[in-house]
Amino acid sequence: MSSIARTDTSILGRWWWTVDRWTSGALLLIILFGALMIFAASPSVAERIGLDSYHFVRRQLMLLPVAAGILFVCSLMTPLQVRRIAVVGFIGCLGLMVLTLMFGAEIKGARRWLSIGGFSLQTSEFLKPCFAVVAAWMFSEWRKDNGFPGQWIAIVLYSVVISLLLMQPDLGQTVVISLVWFGQFFLAGLPMMFVGGAMLCGAGGMVAAYFLFPHVNDRINRFLDPAAGDSYQVERSLEAFRNGGLLGTGPGEGQVKAYLPDAHADFVFSVTGEEFGAIVCILLISLFAFVVLRGFARLFAEQSLFVLLAGAGLLAQFGLQALIHMASALQLMPAKGMTLPFISYGGSSLLALALGMGLMLALTRSRAGRMEAL
Amino acid sequence: MTHTRLNAADIPVPEKTLKFEGSGKQALEQGRTRLLIAGTVFALAFCVIAARVIDVSVFERAEEPRLAEERGTLTHKTGRADIVDRNGMLLATTLNVPSLYADPKYIMDPIESAAKLRTVLPELGHADLIAKFSDKKRFTWIKRNLTPRQQYAVNKLGIPGLYFQNESKRIYPQGPLTAHIVGRAGFDDVGLSGIEKNFDSMLRDGSDPLRLSIDIRIQHILREELQTQIDAFDGIGAAGIVMDVNSSEIVAMISLPDFDPNRRDQISDDAMFNRATLGVYEMGSTFKIFNTAMALDYGTTTMRNGYDASKPIRIARFTINDDHAKNRWLSVPEIFMYSSNIGSVKMALDVGGDRQKAFMKRLGFLEASAVELPERGRPLAPSPWRPINTMTISFGHGIAVSPIQLANGVASIVNGGVRHPATLLRRDTTEMLVGERVISEKTSIAMRRLLRLVVEKGTGRNANAKGYLVGGKTGTAEKPGRGGGYQRKALLSSFVAAFPVNDPRYVVLAMVDEPKGNKSSYGYATGGWVAAPAVKRIVERAAPFLNVTPVDEEAPEIRRSLMVKIPQTKGKKALASF
Repeated sequence: MSSIARTDTSILGRWWWTVDRWTSGALLLIILFGALMIFAASPSVAERIGLDSYHFVRRQLMLLPVAAGILFVCSLMTPLQVRRIAVVGFIGCLGLMVLTLMFGAEIKGARRWLSIGGFSLQTSEFLKPCFAVVAAWMFSEWRKDNGFPGQWIAIVLYSVVISLLLMQPDLGQTVVISLVWFGQFFLAGLPMMFVGGAMLCGAGGMVAAYFLFPHVNDRINRFLDPAAGDSYQVERSLEAFRNGGLLGTGPGEGQVKAYLPDAHADFVFSVTGEEFGAIVCILLISLFAFVVLRGFARLFAEQSLFVLLAGAGLLAQFGLQALIHMASALQLMPAKGMTLPFISYGGSSLLALALGMGLMLALTRSRAGRMEAL
Repeated sequence: MTHTRLNAADIPVPEKTLKFEGSGKQALEQGRTRLLIAGTVFALAFCVIAARVIDVSVFERAEEPRLAEERGTLTHKTGRADIVDRNGMLLATTLNVPSLYADPKYIMDPIESAAKLRTVLPELGHADLIAKFSDKKRFTWIKRNLTPRQQYAVNKLGIPGLYFQNESKRIYPQGPLTAHIVGRAGFDDVGLSGIEKNFDSMLRDGSDPLRLSIDIRIQHILREELQTQIDAFDGIGAAGIVMDVNSSEIVAMISLPDFDPNRRDQISDDAMFNRATLGVYEMGSTFKIFNTAMALDYGTTTMRNGYDASKPIRIARFTINDDHAKNRWLSVPEIFMYSSNIGSVKMALDVGGDRQKAFMKRLGFLEASAVELPERGRPLAPSPWRPINTMTISFGHGIAVSPIQLANGVASIVNGGVRHPATLLRRDTTEMLVGERVISEKTSIAMRRLLRLVVEKGTGRNANAKGYLVGGKTGTAEKPGRGGGYQRKALLSSFVAAFPVNDPRYVVLAMVDEPKGNKSSYGYATGGWVAAPAVKRIVERAAPFLNVTPVDEEAPEIRRSLMVKIPQTKGKKALASF
């Protein structure tokens, strides 16, 4: 890599010197750790549901190079290209989500998956990064004071997205997208009065969900009073951390994954805790925190409001997913099925996160004189 | 925040960033400030997560070893409770045993794996193993119930695709010795027969061993001696009982043929049949014990009285006579000693049918025994109770009871006259036993003397174990044939005894089914020749274990306690029937 000269002005050369290499390195480490965890956590799950032991490992390892490719290709883009691809992606995803509602397979009472040519796709995963960029564009246009009603368009788009998600229903994605969208609105300068109002709305929405969706009601009841109901999964998850201690039981030596239904996806952090111990968990948390905070720091120096909002939205999505996943596993919040970025098993999630982080890397590249800013 | 805003307002916009003007520039500054807030929130959230990881992994772990506790509750229950004899010897227990199975999917080379496995388990067929290892199924049993040594050896081979599953297995360490008493439990620990079935739910729930009244040492002696008699007289079966006369605890009980409860597949119906409790038989002359006790107790006769046994009794189409009868008057002791049918019939007639039936009921002969086994035979008693029944029952025909009922009845007669139901459970020695009086103590003492007389001078001389004061009564019954009537050649030869008869401790019953006479018995297959010698050897061998010491039979106080005055009669003595 050092063979790339500072004066190299090819696409690759410019990329190497302008991309945030520290963040890229951190993401690469997370992806590599994810590859390790799929080996540790998924075989017992595969065996339990009667699949070949390495079923999930093979599928995930096949997708990892693809994800790395997407990450790299996206990070080559200019902010303008980022915006364009996001708009195209956003429209495409909206269409696919409508199709999902019409033709998607119903799994466990929800229509979230669309089958395309042998692959099942969770379309809402891809919508998340695209929507973050599109919303950022709208908010930044609003603040340009040229009469363009960006904020209203953003609100309309948000309503459409949320409606589609709630029709699936997918409350987890709704929460993440809402928080990211609201965060962007906040960064874009939503008056503090509205911030307070929106927070109340959010709280109201949660309460409404509690009463409207029986499974939400159930989960929250269990969280508030663990003795009342069956908190089997979370109990096993905490047991995993206790069992792991500081240093862990060693890779593959964990017991709890045999009892957790989604040890390779929604509870992969618990498996990490058991097999690798608290120290590795904290290193992993630090990697996630590093990506998010360093991204924020670079955006701080940014001259373009669009870049700032888009980058922050993408990073917030990445960070929120990690936080929700880890907090659920540690019983800091009601159990919510959420993938741990790049670590949990799941093709759609992996590729969509690669897309999002690729776009984020593109946006946080150093640009001469920031003139490319939009 | 305020500070930043002031900056944004105060500092003039530089020329080269003209692109951002007015509110656009202000928006960017505001965005940066708020980005700082968002970053802080994220940083705090990550810190909380990290703190929680440490909290759960390190501190909660130290406080409460929850996993260890939960594992503790998961440990497999040992399952069915043990069954032990009166001294705590193990009769039945449950072991966890490994069973070997294969998941053929993971067997890499069926031929090589089969060859390797056969070095440890050579009894398995090579071709059969290869077929199993090449199967498409994901589960196939290879061998059930391995020993720990075999399991170790198989593990050591390291063949992939072979796994163990722990199963619980009921083990009967004494094999056939207590098979008819303990019975057996089948798959899934369900009691199928014997104590295992009778106490099934209790054994499943309880973890304390179930203690029986059986003494495995006496059990062994009884089985060996009965088997000897079967072999010597070519019998088709035998039954034997040793019972404590005061508590009615069954110290030993045998039914032959028997079976090995550990070998589930090799058990025949005949071997499963418990002759001692399930089989009901017309006992023959041993019933004269009850007949005599009844007549003495009702006072219809005395030890000094007697009956004319000179002529056979004819009633309807039946004729009752004594074999080798000498046609003379016989005193009551003589009737008993020589086992006279005619005399017995006359004694019973004096008592009468109603009182006889009531007496039989009191002895428990009209309903199944209370012994704690599912295999209990219901007695066959006449209904209505006609005079002819009264007559035949006096010498043990026309009523069929199980051997356990016979032994229990004799115990009630000799122990002072109080009946306790027979039991297979060890009684607490401090337990106050309230029994049911069946005869007076005086009658009981008279009966002891009569029983001793039989062994000293009558048909039971072969049972005279020196020093143990055996008193008893022979019985040789003809078994009923299929088409009605009795078979002269198919006998049930028995001897029931109490010892030491001056103060009885134990009743011993030996019964051989269809013995054939041999040279040593001068061709006889009667109770006196077939069963009495067995009782003698059983008493001699068991008495030391039962804490009964031999006495000097000629000691004056013993002679006095067992003396029977036989009233002098005109005419000469006659040998009565058996």
